[in-house]
This record gives sequence, structure tokens and C-alpha cells, in this order.
Amino acid sequence: MDYVVEMLNIRKEFPGIVANDDVTLTLKKGEIHALLGENGAGKSTLMSILFGMYQPERGVIKVNGKEVKISNPNVANDLGIGMVHQHFKLVDTFTVTENIVLGMEPKRGLVLDIQSASKRIEELSKKYGLNVDPYAKIEDISVGMQQRVEIMKTLYRNADVLIFDEPTAVLTPMEIEELMKIMKNLTNEGKSIILITHKLKEIKAVADRCTVLRRGKYIGTVNVKEVDEAKLAEMMVGRHVSFKVEKEKSKPGNVVLSLKSLNVKNVKKVLAVKDFSLDVHAGEIVGIAGVDGNGQSELVEAITGLTKVESGTILLNGEDITNLPIRKRIEKGVGHIPEDRQKRGLVLDYNLAENMILETYYHEPFAKRGLLNREAIKSYAEKIIESFDVRSGEGANSKTRSLSGGNQQKAIIGREMELNPDLLIAVQPTRGLDVGSIEYIHKRLVEHRDSGKAVLLISLELDEVLQLSDRIAIINNGELVGIVNSEETNENEVGLMMAGVGKEERE
Amino acid sequence: MRTTIVSLLAVVAGMIAGAILMLLTGKNPIDGFSFLFLGGLKTIDRIGDTLATATPLIFTGLSVAFAFRTGLFNIGTPGQMLIGGLSATAIGLTFDLPSVIILPLMIIAGFLGGALWAFIPGLLKAKFNVHEVVSTIMMNWIAYWTVNYTVPLYFKGEYLETESRKLPADATLRTDWLSDLFNGSYVNYGLVLAIIATIIIAFILNKTTLGYELKAVGFNKFAAEYAGMKVNRNVILSMLIAGGLAGLAGVVQYAGNSDVIQIGVMPSQGFDGIAVALLGANSPIGVFFAAIFFGILYSGTGFMTAMTKIPPEIANSIIAIIIYFAATSILFEKLVSKYLKGREEKKLSKQSSVKGGEQ
Amino acid sequence: MWHIIELVFPYAIMYTVPLLITALGGLYSERSGIVNIGLEGLMIIGSFTGALTIYLIQGIQVTDNTAAWIKFIVKSDMSIWIGLLAAVIGGVLVSLLHAYASINLNANQVISGTAINMIAAAITVFLARNITGSGNIKITAFTPMAPEFLTNIPIIGPLFFNRAYWTTLLVLVILFISAFALYKTAFGLRLRSCGEYPQAAEAAGISVRKMRYIGVMMSGALAGLGGATILVTYSGQFTGSVSGLGFLALAALIFGQWKPFGILWATLFFGFATTIANVSTVIPALDVIPPLFLKIFPYVVTLIALIIFSKSTQAPKAAGEPFDSGKR
Repeated sequence: MDYVVEMLNIRKEFPGIVANDDVTLTLKKGEIHALLGENGAGKSTLMSILFGMYQPERGVIKVNGKEVKISNPNVANDLGIGMVHQHFKLVDTFTVTENIVLGMEPKRGLVLDIQSASKRIEELSKKYGLNVDPYAKIEDISVGMQQRVEIMKTLYRNADVLIFDEPTAVLTPMEIEELMKIMKNLTNEGKSIILITHKLKEIKAVADRCTVLRRGKYIGTVNVKEVDEAKLAEMMVGRHVSFKVEKEKSKPGNVVLSLKSLNVKNVKKVLAVKDFSLDVHAGEIVGIAGVDGNGQSELVEAITGLTKVESGTILLNGEDITNLPIRKRIEKGVGHIPEDRQKRGLVLDYNLAENMILETYYHEPFAKRGLLNREAIKSYAEKIIESFDVRSGEGANSKTRSLSGGNQQKAIIGREMELNPDLLIAVQPTRGLDVGSIEYIHKRLVEHRDSGKAVLLISLELDEVLQLSDRIAIINNGELVGIVNSEETNENEVGLMMAGVGKEERE
Repeated sequence: MRTTIVSLLAVVAGMIAGAILMLLTGKNPIDGFSFLFLGGLKTIDRIGDTLATATPLIFTGLSVAFAFRTGLFNIGTPGQMLIGGLSATAIGLTFDLPSVIILPLMIIAGFLGGALWAFIPGLLKAKFNVHEVVSTIMMNWIAYWTVNYTVPLYFKGEYLETESRKLPADATLRTDWLSDLFNGSYVNYGLVLAIIATIIIAFILNKTTLGYELKAVGFNKFAAEYAGMKVNRNVILSMLIAGGLAGLAGVVQYAGNSDVIQIGVMPSQGFDGIAVALLGANSPIGVFFAAIFFGILYSGTGFMTAMTKIPPEIANSIIAIIIYFAATSILFEKLVSKYLKGREEKKLSKQSSVKGGEQ
Repeated sequence: MWHIIELVFPYAIMYTVPLLITALGGLYSERSGIVNIGLEGLMIIGSFTGALTIYLIQGIQVTDNTAAWIKFIVKSDMSIWIGLLAAVIGGVLVSLLHAYASINLNANQVISGTAINMIAAAITVFLARNITGSGNIKITAFTPMAPEFLTNIPIIGPLFFNRAYWTTLLVLVILFISAFALYKTAFGLRLRSCGEYPQAAEAAGISVRKMRYIGVMMSGALAGLGGATILVTYSGQFTGSVSGLGFLALAALIFGQWKPFGILWATLFFGFATTIANVSTVIPALDVIPPLFLKIFPYVVTLIALIIFSKSTQAPKAAGEPFDSGKR
């Protein structure tokens, strides 16, 4: 058997955790091998070992049949192993060429030889169909091209084995198709690919074989043609997974949120939200579907008050809140589960109780005349912890930093929902969480809707939007492309709209 | 508890380094340290002097610690101290009023002067995100030259060009009964002010909504903003209070410990405040005790130098080394918390894997 | 008017040079990702080690029997050059304290830098007092030169060469080499990547740790040189303080937007502002301006510049953040 890479019985420990427990993965020449697992299953750790960023405690790695020790990324490079990172390792202010040659710079005497490097990059670009501009600065090019620069880095170093770490998270459906074409090109030219992912559809689309990890343990390796998505999901999670969200038909009431011709600029002073209008009713979940970076963040920041609008109005229950400060909006009934729970959602150095009153500490009973009432704060926090199943070491006194991601998210959701907001904005509410937590959070969001409130869901996982939403609004390049009823649409239609193809053009 | 141990370790390390320095200069460290501490504590009047020396340090330490809680580096305490002291001295030398009236006026003036001086860096930070380290340092030098020219111009000393006129006895914080109590030491009401300030600051930080807001902004200004807190307002408010505290340091120094203000000097108590805050782990009580410790070191230096000929800069050196260790003690903190976090995660993953199995 | 300019120029350049070299040192450090507030302390260290070395050498008793080369070193400017070398070495060694704290221990870089300042100020005077009995060390400095073939050049001659020092040339050479190294060599590319996005550098196989050590050590070397330059040009003695020049260098770094030639203009500005403030009392034309304004002028302008540049700052993006190896 012609194995290009073999990772045998790998064990990797971190303080308090066994990230990889007796894991085996073999890669045949010319194959696309998927590495599947939930967040925290150990996929990235395993590949970091292959790429030389970590050392295993036990286990053997063989490249082309020979046993090797990969002590750092340079050794991995020498062995022909390259990594295309999920979070691009690119310096924004440098050009494409400078980024690609960083670490193995061609020189003429003392001077950097940018000329010859750029030439080689152009050649490689043509050969593999990658279409990158050697002279452009990273901060000026699209996300798709940035990813291709990452791929180019590995090819420039003559990699034969390419590891792709969750490559499709930041791509439009169109770009995902292009990427799959590129991957096929690469294998045709003799390269072998390991694809780290948790997206079952993509595995079915391109992979030959698939290795499944669960909580650090090796579950099995299958031929992708011989299994279906349900089987893969079961292997990944350990039990039968229902993809459907249980929900009744929505009974929409009054308009809670009304956005009229909203225009919002982003940090680069460019319009990120253009002439956007949308209504959200009580008792419904409206999902915003779109590829990352198409204005969703700016839209949410405008509604919550974190960013000023250029023009347009925002009405909450008929009242104009367009220019109200954040605190007033919260008081009037806007709840927000933020995109980045650690940056926006929590003060990690506070304990849980202190975080639960982040928006309400100045009200009675938590404070009177400027003095905090610790007792009242504690019992309020304990109530939320109980009803939202937030697990922590020391209950309300736990340092928030010590909670797992899932529990931190549940704490935030508990805090926001306890305020019973008329409008609950949930941005990426289940990002990075395990399936159990995801199901729980979906359930609570539907409950909030059923209690007669409005929910605005922003998510990059198209499946989540399709499952949870009653209506879906698609955003592309800051513009509203269209609004559809979730029951009457499918992924293809929404995917096209996410790429900017309007309703009329599709008919 | 952990931070106290870390601070104590830094002190010990600093003292050991100090001992090495003493050895290097051919002197016996045991003699050196015993005279140092005796110098600060041997007699009741020495204790008084120690307390008096510590008093401005308590204020500058509180200033730095308070600002730090809000996520700000107040390196501008020397300048705030100078302006606060100048403001108080100006009032004291200009108006002839009984103590009960003029002293509170001077105290208020000192606080406001320092607050004003910190307002500018605070505003710059809030509105333009100008890093407060550079802006406060600029303000220090502006204060330095302001005092340099203002004092000789308006408040020139009778005998010395480099000093102001002496404050009339009614306009200083000195009082006979305190000085008598401590056998002629120059301890004064400044100490009382310092104790009150420590209590008030501790109260604000721990018990009030203001403290809650300031700390939240200091820990994570993004989350604070998201939750509706006005980050800019808090930054400015924090700098105002911090500046005011440093301004009070000027009052107790120039109208308490001394009765003149000197030109051409960037007050060392300003930068020492950083050391005090660090050693006190940015907590008001910690600051109080750290300041007293430094007070002992400074106060005893004279005695030590007289008895052993060890250069007086040994005190500064020990303090500087203590800060270095206090700064790097973060290593121990991180190790300990990493270890605890690992145990936490292990406990939780055991919990959740049990739950998962049940389903 | 021209006479005033002719008078001011040489002094302005004299004040600029130490500022420039120190700011360049700060540039290396910040470009690698480490904020170095301790430039002031490192300058003091340079001033001290330089002064001490020169003092000891110049204090060697020379008789007719002493070997010729020793006589040469003691009596000529060679002693000063050795002193400058000692200053560089001293700066590098002390900067290691900051490097270790910031890089290996991930300590707060502002606090660590402040600690360096305090340690330098205290220990140098302590040692000076111990060795020479007083907190000051006086030495014989460079004599300013005014070679005729240069001062005779029309217009720029009298401006630039009336009080010329070799150290000025040295610093300019370092400036040009630095600009070249930073933007045209692999070393410069790697250094800058560590300051912008160290995770990218690490993924490219670069040792971020090593690069940052180099950055900090360069700042120690150049700041030490800066402190010693003050000593051997216009001050002539170690006093335990450099009057805030280290902080001014930091301001110049920001003012110059982290670019070598930007720093050149920024430090020239400060040099001129300080000189004009100092000579204002003797020049009738400037006498009308209250001396206080002139003295605080550089600081106020810095504040204004900080505001203006705040919107479009070109600071190295990762400067000041501890590097978390392996972080996503």
C-alpha cells in the first residue's frame, strides 16, 4: 500500500486534557482524506503534530514509509508537508510575494530578490489555476484570494502533502466550488490532501476516505462512497443525531423591529450596509444568511448601537431608536448574543455573578444609590445558572475565564433571555460548541419565539439558518438580496442569493 | 492571597539583590539592613518620619493603582503632584485665612490641580486613543517647567532662588499635637488624609456601581461598551480621580512634610507610586502597606549611610529591583492559574462526558 | 536672521544625534513587537558605562616607561571610542533584563520598561558614588571640530560642520544601514513580520523569540550609544539623568511613524525646538517669547502630533502584545 503519510497510535496531552488518544491516520498518494470531528475532538491538534508545531507523547509518524521526527514547521516543510491554515497566517501590510517567501527568502547578496520570487509565483499560479497577484498587498485582496495565497505558500515550498484546516468557513458557495476544483487539480498533479472539517456535505463531495475523531479518540476510517451523512454524523457525535429542529409553525404578530433604508459604514469608512430594509415580527425568527464579511456585523452593530448609522431609521416597537445610546436600547428591550463571546459578551476576569448583571447592575435590586447589593446579585445569578444549565466549578463565584466555551455561551444566553427582550439578536450563537449545546441553544431560541418575542438570527452556518428561521433574509455585499420563507426554499436557492444572484435572475 | 505571596516574594528577592549590592561595595549587608530598618523604626520620632515619608507614596500609589484598575497607566504622577502642590501652595501663600478655612481650600485646590493635569491625557486617550504613557510623560515635563518658571516669578523664596516662600504655619498640615505625639517628627495631618483616602478608594472599588463600571472597563472595554457602559466617560473619570489623588500627594508633600516647593526637581514620589502600586497588587490596602515599607527604606537611608557609608541610592536600587521582580512575578501567577484552569477543565470534561453517556 | 540660524544649527544637530540613535533603537524593538519604555534607563546605562570606562582609562597614570600603545589610548580620543563601545555593550546587557521579562515571561512590557528606568537610575548613581565618591563622573569629551574644507562649502558648510563630531557621522551611517536592513533584506522582512503578525512568522518557521531578542538588544545597544553620545559631545559628565531624552525618543518614534527617515525628521524637529528654547534668552529676537513657552513647546507639539497621527497610526500591529505561541 502506497502511503504517503502514516500517523500511528499518536498520543498528545496538554495539562488536564488528552487531546489525541491512540489516534491513527493514513494518507494514500493522490487521495483527499477528510479528518472529521466536532470542535474539540482533536483534529487540529493532530494536524499540528504533523506540521511540527507540537510533539506527540507517544506514537510514530512515517513519511513515504520512513519513520521521521517532525520537530518544527521547517522540518515538516522539508518533508514536503504544508499547512493551509484556517486563520490565515498572512501579514496584512506585506505583499503576496513577501508573505509567500517569508522564512525562505531568495537573496542576491544581502538584498531580497523579490523579482525572481514573483516570477516563480506567477508560474505556479498558472500551473495550478490559482490566480494570485504577486504584487498586491494582503489587506487589499479578497478572502478567497488570501486563501489561495496560503495554498501557494505550500506549493512554493514544494509540498506534496497539503493539510487544509476548515477551509470553507470563510468562502461563498461559489468559492467553495472553486476550491474543490483546485483540490482536484492538485491531486491530479500528484499531491495528497488532508481536509480537516466538520461539514459532512463537503466530505461527501470531494473526499475519498474519512477518519473520524471524537473527544480525542479514534473512532474509525471509512470509504466516503460507502457511507451516508447520517452515518458520518453518528460516528462524529456518538449517537443518533437528528438534524431537524423541532418547531411549530410561527404565529407572527406585530412588527417589533423595523429597519428602513439603513446605511452603515465599516471601520474602513466604506459603506458595509447599503439601503437595507427589513421587518421582524413578534413570534417569528428571521435569519440573515450570508457569507462572512458581507455586512452582517455592521448591521448588528447598528441595531445594538455600537456603530452609528449614516442614514436610515431603526424602529423598535414603533419607537425610533436610531440614535439612542446602547444602554437605552437595552432598557427598551433589545437583547444581544454577540459574535465574539470572549471579546464582547463577558468580562472574563469577573466572576459569573458579576457578569450576569453586566447590563443591569445599576438597577434595583442590584444597586441602591450607587451601592452594590451582593446578595441580590448572587441569587439572581444562581437563578440563571440553574435554569440555563451553566456548568462551572464554583457556581456564581466561579471566575468566568475558567468556564468552557459552551458554558460561557450558555451564561450569555441565560443573561440575555432572562431580561426577556422584545428583540433578541443572536449572532453565531452556536459557534464552536458541541452538538449537545447546539441542540439546547436552538431549543431555547425557539422557546423565546414562542413566547411572543422576535428573534433575529445571524449565522454563517447555512444549515442553522435554514433549520431555525421562519423567514430568511439574504445579505450580499451589504445589500438585501431577497427574503424567502424557509419552508419554501432550499440550500441551492439561498446559496445563489448569498453569492449575489437576485430573485429575478434565478427565474 | 496568591498576589500577596507574590508581592512578598518580590520584596525578598529585592532585598537579596540589595544585599548583593552591599557586598559588592565591600560592606556588610547585615549591618546595612539593620541600620536601614533601625533608621526607620528605632525611635518614636523615626517612626513618625517614616509615616510622613510614606504619606505622599500612599497617594501616588493609590493614583497609579486606581488608574490601573481601569486599564490605564498613569505615569504622570510626578507632574500631577507638582501641579497639585503648586495649586495648594499658591492658595496658601496668597490668602491669609485661619487654618480651618484655608487648609480645606488648599486640599481641594490640590486635588483639582492634579485632576486637571490628568484630564488632558485622559481626554486624549478617550477621544483619540492616544497612549497614555507618552502623553502623561509629556505632561510631566510641561508641569516641571511650569513650576520652574512660576515659582520664581510669583512665589520666590526669601533666601533661595530655587524654592518658594515658606508657607505660614497656619497653612500647613503640620500641627503641634501630632508632632509632639511623635517626639518632634514632621508627621502631619497628611497621614490622616492618606488613611481616609485609602478607605474611600477601597470603598469605591469594591462596593459601588462606579467601581464595578471602572473595573469592567479596565478588564474588557469591549464587553463594557457592549453592555451599555460609557467607556470614554469612565476613562476620563478614572484619570480625573487618579490625577486628583496624585495632586493630593503634592499637597501633603509641599504643605505637610515640607513648607516650600522646590524647582528643578521631578518628584521621585511620583515614579515610586508605580512601584508602590505594583507591590501592593493594585489594591488600596496593599498600596498602603507597600508605601509604609518604602517609607521605612527611605527614612532609614540617612541613618544607614551615616553608620556604614553605603551610598544612599541603595534604597532606590532595592525598590527598583523589587519592581522588576514584581513585574516578572506575573510568571508565577500565570503558572498557578494555568494549573488551576487545567484542573477545572478536567473536572468539567469528566462531568460532561458522563452526561453525554447518559443520553 | 541668518546669523541666528548659523548659530543654532550646529547645536540643534548636536541635540538631535543622541535622540536619533536612541529612537532608532526603539524602532528595532517595536518593529520586532516589543514596546521598550526603558530607553531612558538604557541611555543612562550607556552614559554611565561610557563615563566609567573613559574615566578609568583617562585616569591611568602614564610615565615615560609606559608602553607606547597604552600611552596612545590614554592620551588620545581612543579612550572615548572605547568608552562608546563599552556603552553599547552595557546597553545590550541591561536590555536583556527587559527582553527576558517581556519575551520569556510575557510580563507587562510597560511595567518592565519602567522597572529598567528605575533600576538604571538608581544603580548607576549607587555604583558611581561607590567608585568615585560622588554621583557624578567627569571625563574629557570629544572636542568639536570645524575642518575648513567642509566649513567653506557655501551655505551648508557653516550650518553642518561648525561643530562636527565623528559620532554624528556614525549615527547617520547607522541610520542608512538600518533603513536598508529593515526594508531590503530578509532580516528586515522577518523582523517586521514579528511586529505585525508573529503567528505568521512562526508558521513560516521563524523564531519569533530570537527576532525579538535581537530587536530588544539592538534597542539596548543604540540607546546606550545615545546616552554615551550625549556624554562625549555636549555634556562631558555622567550625572545620573538624561533629562527625559529617552522618553522624547519614544515620542519621536511615534511622531516619525515607525519609519527610519520619519524618525530623522521628528528628532531634527525636537533638536531644533530644544536648542531654540535654550538660546532664547541670549537672542534678542526671541526674547519676547516667554521662556516657559519655548521650553514646553516640544512637549506640546508632541501631544498635538499624537492626536493628529492617532487616526492613521502605522504602529506595528502586534507591538506590546505578549506572543502566545500556537495561538490560533
